[in-house]
Amino acid sequence: MKELLTSFLSFLDPQWINLIWSLSQIAIVTVCLILTVVFLVYFERKVIGYMHARVGPNRVGPKGTLQSIADTIKLLLKEVIIPDKADRFFFLLSPLLLLIPALAAWAVVPFSPEFIIADINAGLLYLLALTSFGVYGVILAGWASNSKYAFLGSMRAAAQMVAYEIAMGFALVGVLMAGGSLKLGEIVAAQSGGVLSWFWIPLFPLFIVYFISGIAETNRHPFDLAEGEAEIVAGFHVEYSGIGFAIFFLAEYINMALISVLTSILFLGGWESFFAGISFLETSVFSFLTEPSLFWLLIKTLFFLFVFIWLRASFPRYRYDQLMSLGWKVLIPITILWIGVECVMYVMQIGPWSV
Amino acid sequence: MKIIQLIKKLTLIDFIKGFIVTLKAFFRRKVTVQYPEVKTPLSPRFRGKLALMRYDNGEERCIACKLCSAVCPAQAITIESEERSDGSRRTVKFDIDAFKCIYCGFCEEACPVDSIVETNIFEYHMTENQQRIQTKEMLLATGDQYRDQTIENKKKDSRYR
Ligand code: SF4
Ligand code: SF4
Repeated sequence: MKELLTSFLSFLDPQWINLIWSLSQIAIVTVCLILTVVFLVYFERKVIGYMHARVGPNRVGPKGTLQSIADTIKLLLKEVIIPDKADRFFFLLSPLLLLIPALAAWAVVPFSPEFIIADINAGLLYLLALTSFGVYGVILAGWASNSKYAFLGSMRAAAQMVAYEIAMGFALVGVLMAGGSLKLGEIVAAQSGGVLSWFWIPLFPLFIVYFISGIAETNRHPFDLAEGEAEIVAGFHVEYSGIGFAIFFLAEYINMALISVLTSILFLGGWESFFAGISFLETSVFSFLTEPSLFWLLIKTLFFLFVFIWLRASFPRYRYDQLMSLGWKVLIPITILWIGVECVMYVMQIGPWSV
Repeated sequence: MKIIQLIKKLTLIDFIKGFIVTLKAFFRRKVTVQYPEVKTPLSPRFRGKLALMRYDNGEERCIACKLCSAVCPAQAITIESEERSDGSRRTVKFDIDAFKCIYCGFCEEACPVDSIVETNIFEYHMTENQQRIQTKEMLLATGDQYRDQTIENKKKDSRYR
């Protein structure tokens, strides 16, 4: 791809070609993400419908596939209402503050061995920073709306994110130790060689903790206290209508996809194939099944997205004190304990990552 | 006991159980009825749109006794009556507020001459707020329109009354 671009625009400076190349990569990823969200909304409604023994949306387009596009058009056409006493500037800014980090985090996600927008050295750190940045959007949205419910929602979101950020950070420390690098591409490379050498076996508790705190980070069920419909109507985005609401929605689903893709990359070997390392497959005609590719990453991500939705269909919302005690008293001790165990394993040279 | 609790918590047993329940439901037969194309059967006792009935000779049944308006829990019925030229007492105004009505069917039970009835029509709408007031003419027209089907339904149900 890049060679093609270089030959096509050979009259330009290589710097300019690099810029165009990066920009087109960004455009591709962004468009794909928005399409993913469109699909995800449909997928969620359909899956939840099936779990309720209903059929879900089925009116717009064949089997209801155009439902989320219809919803989007509806949302875009709605009036944007800004409450009288709201802080206009921050009210309009906060949806973007939520969306931009959600999109920016995808810059370091390695989709396949070749495709990654920015292969920076401190990829993991960058991700940790950006995923926590989203909470500013939530807090500002709640505060700027000048509504009690929105404010309560954003306070809850803030406390929740602080609590789960720590567990998430510790889980990432485990991955960092195992992978021996902050570069996501190298972490995936460290997991090469079949299902058994992926990090989810030696780091199983961290894998679970990471996913749970990821759910809490994205404010999804069963941790969506920030928007608990029953008690605070819709939490931080109660005052938003039309496109503002649509952006919150977009950011939430992009974050969901991000957590899923990161869980696959950090614990399930990213682009590695499920069949890699099975010797008779590698030599037969099916050897393409063992090749690492984007396809495997997509399957794993889709699985985690399904789990997100599955969780939402299965469990009631946590109570606030339960949420806090889960975060502080269960998840954080488990991660610290497991990092200790990992250290011992590392020193004793047990486990697949031993050098 | 505490240890069992702890193990339960750490292995997420309850969560896995919950997941299995919903996964089973995922593959269960779907019960959705594709409404406008497919309809579920209605009981003859179904209480839908209100109507005023007539005798076979075309005379309106209502004798303006106002029992229905007295029994109506939502106070949806307004009646005014006058003496007609032949000396009988008839309503000059018989309004039902369709937004107030809760379709309880008490008016039908109270009526001594089976004048006010509930048909099993539930698919109707109005486009203006004023149209929620069902006047005597509208009610009689509804009665004429669905006369046969209403009489049949009442007959089917009469065995149980
Ligand atoms: S059905 Fe019930 S609420 Fe409606 S008019 Fe008759 S008595 Fe009143
Ligand atoms: S509809 Fe029946 S109950 Fe109501 S005023 Fe007429 S006769 Fe009386």
